[in-house]
Amino acid sequence: MLTAVYVFVVLTALGLVFGFILAYANKKFALEVNPLIHLVDDVLPKGQCGACGFAGCMAYAEAVVLDANVPPNLCIPGKADVANLVAELTGKKAEATAPKIAFVSCAGSPTTARAAYNYQGIPDCDAAALLMGGPKICKNGCLGFGTCVKACVFNALELGENHLPIVNSRKCTGCGACEKVCPKNVIKLIPLGAHVALRCNTREKGAIAKKSCSVACISCTLCVRECPYGAIKMENNVPIVNYKICSEQCNEAKCVAKCPTKAIIQIK
Amino acid sequence: MSEYFLLFMGAVLVNNFVLTRFLGLCIFFGVSKNLNASIGMGMAVTSVMTMSSILAWLVYNYVLVPFKLTFLTTVVFVLLVASFVQLLEMIIKRHMPALYKMWGIYLVLIATNCIVLAVPLINSENSYSLLMSIVNAIGSGLGFALAIILMASLREKLQYSDVPKSLDGLGIAFVLAGLLALSFLGFSGMIPL
Repeated sequence: MLTAVYVFVVLTALGLVFGFILAYANKKFALEVNPLIHLVDDVLPKGQCGACGFAGCMAYAEAVVLDANVPPNLCIPGKADVANLVAELTGKKAEATAPKIAFVSCAGSPTTARAAYNYQGIPDCDAAALLMGGPKICKNGCLGFGTCVKACVFNALELGENHLPIVNSRKCTGCGACEKVCPKNVIKLIPLGAHVALRCNTREKGAIAKKSCSVACISCTLCVRECPYGAIKMENNVPIVNYKICSEQCNEAKCVAKCPTKAIIQIK
Repeated sequence: MSEYFLLFMGAVLVNNFVLTRFLGLCIFFGVSKNLNASIGMGMAVTSVMTMSSILAWLVYNYVLVPFKLTFLTTVVFVLLVASFVQLLEMIIKRHMPALYKMWGIYLVLIATNCIVLAVPLINSENSYSLLMSIVNAIGSGLGFALAIILMASLREKLQYSDVPKSLDGLGIAFVLAGLLALSFLGFSGMIPL
């Protein structure tokens, strides 16, 4: 009985002593935090996506307030509004940010892209990519297990019925989290308002690409010849669109109509 | 004097915390990717362990033994170590910002770590004197630092070697730790315990 009382008394006493010491130390050694940091943190979108290059929104808020060299426009999901607010709070100059959006550069569904083998492993793109570069013959195509969908903190991606991710342009902030996790670099960031884009990620020559997928870019260069503004150029067997020239000068999209496999598409 | 020396060498090599007793493995694998980080971690563990051993010795001999409450040792030491690390963190944060930048993140990891808890427990179990407790704590801390620094140097080299994909990362680290532990087994006959 006496032991029980001792246990109670000693543990309570020790707890109280440690508690008071900690409480006192917390007051005594309290660190003054610049209140501006919290104000800036409140303005940020709290996606914790890390697109700014810092380890989360709070880290960026701290850096932008304390370090004069950190520009206020690094928050990509926040777009111009947040950049202006942060600039106002910190007294820095806001420069325009070019908004971007995620684009899935592959149309190879199970019906169009041929399979090399039947994959029955973990339903994850990284895992599938480890087995001979994935179950498709095309080694640059979308693997369709939605690793990008899981990576999106803004719920802007969903996996469509044809096992290709669909970007919700209203929700997509262009933070690039999906771009980073895709083992095949199928998801790319393109400027918001881009006119046309190549929905194929192959780097193979036309004949090989055509064998592996019916909607692949077959390097026919028709789009390059069709474009009157020279916005498309061939590079490594595939056309590269210069989005700036394309969206500023052209509104006909002749290349889209000419493409035999519909690999170049118009973006609404 | 030789008693202290034997205790010290025993704690560093023979009873190495990581490689013989298999304690503190979480930080051992978590922080050993980078040599600088592991040096910082080793130093942080050594100093925290020494200071908490002194405190634990005082509490054990002046509170727990007189009240015959030695069966509460583990509970009390958990409380003691956790709150002591918290206190240390506050003091360092305020007075030594440079050190806090180096140690801050490790201190939080140490707060609930088995290795920091184990040393006071071993001290009290063997009823070491205050001086012996300190020697044991410093030796154990340096043993941990030695193990984690060895591991970090090996893992930095490992980054340039061609590891099979399925073993890459933690897998090969565990294999490596096993080999290190095997080689430390060679010390076991050095000091008759």
